[in-house]
Amino acid sequence: MKNFKTIVLSNQEISPGYYRMKILAPGFGERAKPGQFIMFRVQTSLPPLLRRPFGIFRTGFLPPHCEGLAPREYLEILYKVVGRGTGIMCSLHEGDRVEVLGPLGRGFDPGDPETEKILVGGGIGLVPLLMLAEELVRSNKVRLLMGGRTRDDILAVTEFERLGVETYVSTDDGSLGEEGLVTQVLVRELAKHPRATVYACGPMPMIEAVRQVCAERDVPLQVSLEALMACGVGACLGCVVKGAGHSEKDPRYLCTCKEGPVFWAEQLDWSKLGEEPGYCEGCQS
Amino acid sequence: MSEYRKKTATKENRPNLAVEIAGIKLKNPVMPASGTFGYGEEYASYLDLENLGAIVTKGLSLKPKAGNATPRVAETVSGMLNAIGLQNVGVEGFIQYKLPFLRELNTPVIANFFGNTLEEYGEVARALSEIPEIAGVELNISCPNVKQGGIVFGTDPRAAAEVVSLVRKNLRKPLIAKLTPNVTDITVIARAVEEAGADAISCINTVTGMAVDVKTRRPRLANTTGGLSGPAIRPIAVRMVHQVVQAVSIPVIGIGGIMRAEDALEFLIVGATAVQVGTANFVDPGAMATIVEGLEQFCIDEGIADIRELIGSLRH
Repeated sequence: MKNFKTIVLSNQEISPGYYRMKILAPGFGERAKPGQFIMFRVQTSLPPLLRRPFGIFRTGFLPPHCEGLAPREYLEILYKVVGRGTGIMCSLHEGDRVEVLGPLGRGFDPGDPETEKILVGGGIGLVPLLMLAEELVRSNKVRLLMGGRTRDDILAVTEFERLGVETYVSTDDGSLGEEGLVTQVLVRELAKHPRATVYACGPMPMIEAVRQVCAERDVPLQVSLEALMACGVGACLGCVVKGAGHSEKDPRYLCTCKEGPVFWAEQLDWSKLGEEPGYCEGCQS
Repeated sequence: MSEYRKKTATKENRPNLAVEIAGIKLKNPVMPASGTFGYGEEYASYLDLENLGAIVTKGLSLKPKAGNATPRVAETVSGMLNAIGLQNVGVEGFIQYKLPFLRELNTPVIANFFGNTLEEYGEVARALSEIPEIAGVELNISCPNVKQGGIVFGTDPRAAAEVVSLVRKNLRKPLIAKLTPNVTDITVIARAVEEAGADAISCINTVTGMAVDVKTRRPRLANTTGGLSGPAIRPIAVRMVHQVVQAVSIPVIGIGGIMRAEDALEFLIVGATAVQVGTANFVDPGAMATIVEGLEQFCIDEGIADIRELIGSLRH
């Protein structure tokens, strides 16, 4: 974990309302684990006041500007423009100064190596799954079930295909891939491969539906949650979720930023979680 | 300030930054505001905790407290609303899990605390008296986000005096009373807690506020209202610290939207002996280290040998 001042290397719209940004980040790849996130700040502006959390999409190297120089290490994020903060971010250009805190949080646990691996992504929730796929494909068969409202919400699937991941796309309106919800694909895949571990990230209603499907079939599940957070390091307690066995007398809150953002499904108290607003779609940041 | 370094620090011109609050010796006047710095350990990898004037803990209660439902935070223009609801590990949990780390530091620890009832304030004060590693306590009578306790005591001068004198009886440590700005006249409360035995005053806590999500037409906080902090409230805080300093003779700790050294200086100049930094810690975990450096640089640039020369130096 550390905080560093750096610059934007590129910032492009990849689908209507979705952007991918490469940020110069020497030494970052060694420290970042699949499922971790960063807190991002536009350095020279006061609004937005707070940093914004973004899942790490991947890390890598760009060739140097001229021969003889070292390659430029970057970290890459994908984001959806939903409010003021991301509205400012999408107008950043190469060379603009930004500040990054991270990598933060607890990422994915690769889980039982003997099982098939099924990744479930909903819209921008796809982000933390790429680095996980990179790690899992070394030893396992990996499938990605990618869902969205329309074709515009289906992002970066080719990046997964390049790794050898088998991908299944579904959209609510049928504009790309199969028509319907990603969970119906999951039900079908789990029928074919009952010995699997599932890793999910996306809007809260999707996560809740995936949890039910997995719970009914006794399939181990990890979820990556999104939350409104101020600090990102476990101090403000703004981003808490209820842990399993939580009660008023015996509070068992977990910080999404520190104990998460990735949790095993059984770590959490799901009674109210499914009713949460679903920050992926709803927050105004 | 760091952009315009005019002079470099040398042995000869290094200013004294140390101040004293109610017998607690601080290396410099900068400490975190309760609730924005966890129990210190959360920030250990981002700044040297021994370079802070003090560490102020998250507000402690007798028993662990669950806090409010989520969402608990919302950003507004130049500020943030929070309604955490005083989630904490309780005094026992603090001693068991958090104190071992703080004990090793060469920095005074100030324990912030609250009670759900008057009696509970007394009990927590007694329990904290028994902990030798705690240099002083900060009494929270100003949290706007819980139904019982907190602000009920902080908005009425008689109730405030009552809780302060009860705590005073049960406590063998310096006592700082933290005041709310959500009153008609903060000087009335300030005088009441001074007379009741407070050794110092810290102000201000957050300003009650509210924000609405226009699409869902729901409040953006589960608690409906919350406490506004950040640069948006700083002018209010500077004004109130200025008023309180005129009204009492005990030291005052200024709090409210401090992001940079210049902001801290405003509070010192109107008469605060020290300052607390809150929301800035969320924006930049190293903020307080930068502020301490900035204060030193300001003194060097202005030829000030001792930061205490600045305290209450407001010109009219």
